[in-house]
Amino acid sequence: MSTNQIVKKDDIVVRFAGDSGDGMQLSGTLFSDASALTGNDIATFPDYPAEIRAPHNTIAGVSGYQVHVGSHIYSSGDKCDILVAMNPASLKSNMKWAKKGATVIVDIDTFTDEALEKAGYKENPFTDEMERDYTIVKAPVTSFTSRIGQEQGADKKTADKCRNMFALGIIFYMTHKTLDQTFAYLERKFAKKPDVVKLNKAVLTEGYEFADKLEVVHGHIFEVAKATEMPKGRYRNITGNVATAWGLLAAAERSGRRLFLGSYPITPATDVMVELAKNKGLGARVFQAEDEIAGICSAIGASYAGALACTSTSGPGLSLKSEALGLAVMTELPLVIVDVQRGGPSTGLPTKTEQGDLNQALYGRNGEAPLIVVAASSSANCFYWAYTAAKLALEHMTPVILLTDGYLGNGSQLFRIPKVADLPSITPRLAKPNDPNYRPFRRDPETFAREWALPGMEGLRHRVGGLEKCPDGPLSTDPENHALMTYNRQEKVNRVANYIPDQEVTGNPDADLLVVGWGGTSGALTLAVEEMNNEGKKVAYTHFNYICPLPKNTGDILRKYKKIVVCELNNGQFLGYLRTKFPECPMHQYNKIMGLPFEVGELKECFTKILGE
Amino acid sequence: MAKRHFVPKADKEYTKADFTSDQMVKWCPGCGDHAILSSLLNTFPKTGHKKENICMVSGIGCSSRIPYYVDTYGFHSIHGRACAIATGVKLANPALSVWVSMGDGDSMAIGGNHLIHAVRRNQDFNITIFNNEIYGLTKGQYSPTTKFGQITKTSPFGTIDYPFNPGELVMGAQGTFFARSLDCVPPLTSQVMEAAAKHDGTSVVEVLQNCMIFNDKTHAAITDRAVRDDRTIVLENGKPMIFGKEKNKGIRFNGRCLEAVTIGENGITIDDILVHHEDTEDTGIHMMLARMSGDLPVALGVIRNINKPSYTELYEDQMDECMANSKYKCVDDLLNSGDTWEV
Repeated sequence: MSTNQIVKKDDIVVRFAGDSGDGMQLSGTLFSDASALTGNDIATFPDYPAEIRAPHNTIAGVSGYQVHVGSHIYSSGDKCDILVAMNPASLKSNMKWAKKGATVIVDIDTFTDEALEKAGYKENPFTDEMERDYTIVKAPVTSFTSRIGQEQGADKKTADKCRNMFALGIIFYMTHKTLDQTFAYLERKFAKKPDVVKLNKAVLTEGYEFADKLEVVHGHIFEVAKATEMPKGRYRNITGNVATAWGLLAAAERSGRRLFLGSYPITPATDVMVELAKNKGLGARVFQAEDEIAGICSAIGASYAGALACTSTSGPGLSLKSEALGLAVMTELPLVIVDVQRGGPSTGLPTKTEQGDLNQALYGRNGEAPLIVVAASSSANCFYWAYTAAKLALEHMTPVILLTDGYLGNGSQLFRIPKVADLPSITPRLAKPNDPNYRPFRRDPETFAREWALPGMEGLRHRVGGLEKCPDGPLSTDPENHALMTYNRQEKVNRVANYIPDQEVTGNPDADLLVVGWGGTSGALTLAVEEMNNEGKKVAYTHFNYICPLPKNTGDILRKYKKIVVCELNNGQFLGYLRTKFPECPMHQYNKIMGLPFEVGELKECFTKILGE
Repeated sequence: MAKRHFVPKADKEYTKADFTSDQMVKWCPGCGDHAILSSLLNTFPKTGHKKENICMVSGIGCSSRIPYYVDTYGFHSIHGRACAIATGVKLANPALSVWVSMGDGDSMAIGGNHLIHAVRRNQDFNITIFNNEIYGLTKGQYSPTTKFGQITKTSPFGTIDYPFNPGELVMGAQGTFFARSLDCVPPLTSQVMEAAAKHDGTSVVEVLQNCMIFNDKTHAAITDRAVRDDRTIVLENGKPMIFGKEKNKGIRFNGRCLEAVTIGENGITIDDILVHHEDTEDTGIHMMLARMSGDLPVALGVIRNINKPSYTELYEDQMDECMANSKYKCVDDLLNSGDTWEV
């Protein structure tokens, strides 16, 4: 290609869509990995159905993967510049995500009458209007792939599995990238299957060359700017769930405690357990329990016995764990509960993202049962928030709920690799064997945390349990004692505020409007605020990771702004929480409950409207 | 491979007094739980385990108060979850000798799932089920082991629930150890608890226990001194299954099922009587023995005790192997594994 055909862009969004099983998640991952390895900043967002293989060619079976690449990426992007649609159903359900003017690549071989009907098309989808507004590439993906398969003696099923490589080849051409990274991946992944490597490479190359011969894409080839502002260091691509698992491993190593995870499979949290199960070699003690309740109860037992104990789950699983959470509060044992939130209530939208579990995390227990709640705000920082959750649990002797969500957990991002030794130290509050003054509920005067005496330690035999105890350890139903112990448990959590940093404000601090967010929405919110300020509007932004307790300066920040809007992917749970704490601050709300992350466009529209009121 | 032992031995000999706590025992006077507690306190010194390494775990119910009355580490948890909590205790620290106490409702109703899965995995802990066939602490509702048709507070017209037999449940879940005793025979209870302590893997000891207040005499038909010898049989490994006041009755397999016979009658000789083998892998006969009731004496003693690697053994072997062969020696290695690049 001649270089004058290439359009330079700060960022582009590519969306891969196909039938479940078409390999769209893999295509997306390979594209994002190759982009990251060649110097782009990236963020990805898998959008897949709950069914493993829904009926072929139906909307229900469409699986998508969006990749945002560029110089400085906050989120997986709103709408795409390039859409790959491997069948009519994917085109039908994904056209709404294509920008006007986008390039749309379809496998034209799949556009049979039958498939069109199954997708709900009554007529030819390629209307004049569509041909005018978009660049349509009708690629014979299936037939080309079959031909190569035949040439190499592969059966049809094996050849069909490579269709995604053809599409990926086109995308690499259109984003002005080489195939080297993916070749290396194939050689590594199928080291023992040279036939598979050969076939996939051939199909990938064929797709690339196919695009080279296409007149229609010329002028639509993008060279995306490399990341320039990234701090120096060693980088990798990481998903939120893997980052969470690694953060827990790092915390175990740094604190000198064994890592225990008791868990039960649940979408979209399962990958936390999967990742830790791979790492028994690093001492991760993983137990797949018979149910959610046994998951948390085994973790509570492990905590009593001295492990950095964790359990991972999603909304309905957290509901099942509620009673045991109360036990962890009552026994004042360190415990990390990871909730990778999904659409609720009940089974809800298992593969879609939402922030609907905040109230459950804050209040979902019987009695006065305070605990720490923190939330990660990017796929990569799941590592730090998992680490922080473990640190707080071990140092303050309390359960900590870490809220992430399906978007963060499954999405990926660049991660600047830290050295474990550079992470903040973790000092578990271990009791001293044979300490004659040991009492199960003797507290540190500053933190109010009790000491952790482990079975096996000499001279510290004691009993814990769900019944109310007095500070010395034995059971007590004394009214004054219950009031005291309730106060102590609350005060212990309140005092965590003394150990966390102040809340920060970004954007324009002298703005008229303060945007408030928490958890997994920071990508879209950051970009929306940045764009508004670039456009001359004055908008400030504060994003919460410490939810309970809140940073001590929260009220000071909120009281400074005339207008506040709290944005979250639920019906206003954080808003309600803030209103209870700061009733003097009037607050607007912006909510979305569609199982999808925020889009920058809708946020800016909302902020503009509030500014104009 | 040599059997691995995980729990450290004590460097001194303990007595019952060493394990008796200073807490006031708050069970009703005459409750069968007192005798079970005493049996347990007699058993601990015999295990030879270091006192600090014994950990009691219980759920909710009268029986679950036991951790307070034993001077060891203890966890009085929530209803039904003792097995799940014990699993975590043992996995986090295999050097602990873990003892679980549960009632019939605790272990087989709300905690049924955890019980069968602990047994299925052969988790290395000792379970005592206090079976009084009633919910005592909530004052007299029927439990999963209450006799069919029994009138209780929540079954004023008689239960229409078929009861569980804990032994069948344990064996159905591939259990490796099951024993039964009576609260009123503490030496037998201690004896089976000692055997349970020696067993690697899950041991389940069912103690038929009397609740004076809400289900008095529920086991009287077999425990009364006048009938006990004829209505129960104490199984001994390798010995013929003989019972009865006159020691002249025995258990025979008639080709279809077990039956009680009298030696000397109808040409029956000692050779017709089954010999108990607690270590038979197949659950068939053990299941039949656990189920005996009605015309057959209720089986006591160790009914099943087979050798099978425990979860702890398998887990620790796997951990050791994974750690020895790990590509990564520390978390930094993991963080820097795979595709990474310098900016």
